[in-house]
Amino acid sequence: MYTEKVMDHFQHPRNVGEIENASGVGTVGNAKCGDIMRIYLDIDEDQIIRDVKFKTFGCGAAVATSSMATELVKGKSVQEAMEVTNKAVMEALDGLPPVKVHCSLLAEEAIHAALWDYAEKNGIKIEGLEKPKSDIHEGEEEEEEEY
Amino acid sequence: MDKLIYLDNAATTRTAPEVVEAMLPYFTEHYGNPSSVYGFASANKEVIAKQREIIAGVLGAKANEIYFTAGGTESDNWALTATAEAYAEKGKHIITSRIEHHAILHTCAYLEKRGYEVTYLDVDENGLVDPAAVEAAIRPDTILISIMFANNEIGTIEPIAEIGKIARAHGVLFHTDAVQAFAHVPINVDECNIDMLSASGHKLNGPKGIGFLYIRKGVKIRSFIHGGAQERKRRAGTENVPGIVGLGKAVELAAASMKERMDRETEIRDYLISRIGKEIPYCRLNGDRTKRLPNNVNFSFRFIEGESLLIMLDMKGICASSGSACTSGSLDPSHVLLAIGLPHEIAHGSLRMTLDEEMTKEDVDYVVDNLKEIVAQLRSMSPLYEDFVKKQEKNQ
Ligand SMILES: Cc1ncc(COP(=O)(O)O)c(C=O)c1O
Repeated sequence: MYTEKVMDHFQHPRNVGEIENASGVGTVGNAKCGDIMRIYLDIDEDQIIRDVKFKTFGCGAAVATSSMATELVKGKSVQEAMEVTNKAVMEALDGLPPVKVHCSLLAEEAIHAALWDYAEKNGIKIEGLEKPKSDIHEGEEEEEEEY
Repeated sequence: MDKLIYLDNAATTRTAPEVVEAMLPYFTEHYGNPSSVYGFASANKEVIAKQREIIAGVLGAKANEIYFTAGGTESDNWALTATAEAYAEKGKHIITSRIEHHAILHTCAYLEKRGYEVTYLDVDENGLVDPAAVEAAIRPDTILISIMFANNEIGTIEPIAEIGKIARAHGVLFHTDAVQAFAHVPINVDECNIDMLSASGHKLNGPKGIGFLYIRKGVKIRSFIHGGAQERKRRAGTENVPGIVGLGKAVELAAASMKERMDRETEIRDYLISRIGKEIPYCRLNGDRTKRLPNNVNFSFRFIEGESLLIMLDMKGICASSGSACTSGSLDPSHVLLAIGLPHEIAHGSLRMTLDEEMTKEDVDYVVDNLKEIVAQLRSMSPLYEDFVKKQEKNQ
């Protein structure tokens, strides 16, 4: 079901943990749907992401996408981190099963939420960054009518 | 990884080697069509009759009340749609429960779209249907009550005898989906006033794709599959002779060993339940503690999600299942876990382990030791657990 990369990041997730007094923290998803991601960013004066940690409640893909997303933004500038899209996360993982694509969206959303928190705290504006939605699942995947 | 501990016997079981052996000649030697006239083939008619007798004997039924089908799903579909049609003049109301298998629930939804009304009874926190609620739901136009004998996810055994008594007293037909219970626990159709009963071969070490529907003599029921005269014209199609032989053999074996198997499985089950309950914090046993299938263990572990749990167990050679949304192919966790009142996030963290009689205490120890580690590891990366711990620290 999962690629080797996904399994690797699930079995050996990178950057699990918390950052005390983080520059920005973002939590997205909801327990109702079965995935929640929280990302901590440590950002220096030059707006470089020095450290990043995550915690995730969710399936194998949710863990792997969080792990990959943290790898992709680590050491990047805030502006560069904005380019880490769900597509980039998926590609880096060699793809996800169609039903798990929402996990990669959640990972992108979690990064954005943490960046938003950082921007708010510091009174700065990050180009292209919008206020995160609290629940990305809303309105998604209506079940098909049968019978 | 050589070790394989198969804890998903509610999903399906290993076909017993004796069953396979009994079936084999019916592919290559006795392959004749039972409907043919010549002796070579028509002998198979008697073979089928023999299996019918074996099964009827286990249920306390008559042989001509057993109809072979292609499995539990077909039996459930047949029992519901065909009685609904046959009794439409009396009424169009059906009573069932919220925790039935989808073979029942989706058939009910199908009937609802065609003018039938269905009452879905709630269950208590252990998954038990209240017989008084069944009685209260009966109306003059009620034609059928369908309540499962035992639940496939949480293992709860329903008060079938009491419900059967009520159904009989009110002159309403009573069907039970006994796919998980038949040949695992004793069932007598007369003692329980059961009018129809569904069962499936692959849940009792028999082959897949074969099952039966017991239909009490006198119950009006339309044929479901139209065609030839097989199964007293009620279920057409050339008989699956090897499957029927395999089912008969599996039932024979299961019935003969039922008592010892129940004792042994119950002992192992209770050992597994007690070790998990004692050694893993923030967990909950789902399903009734005692009115429970001997082979079913179902726990929810707070703060973690079922699919990641299953993948990690798989890496240790442990096969189990979960009611989490990620394993159901939808966004919602299992309807059974929601019906017993679990919040979504706790339902997502459920783990079902269904054992067989070969499981040993050493296997249980291996499973629990690994489970402890995996649950702790997943919690250490769970934001829900982090919030919980912080809240606790604050409150101290
Ligand atoms: C309670 C119950 N009913 C019906 C079925 C369907 O049986 P089958 O797989 O033989 O169609 C199952 C099996 O998953 C079950 O557990």
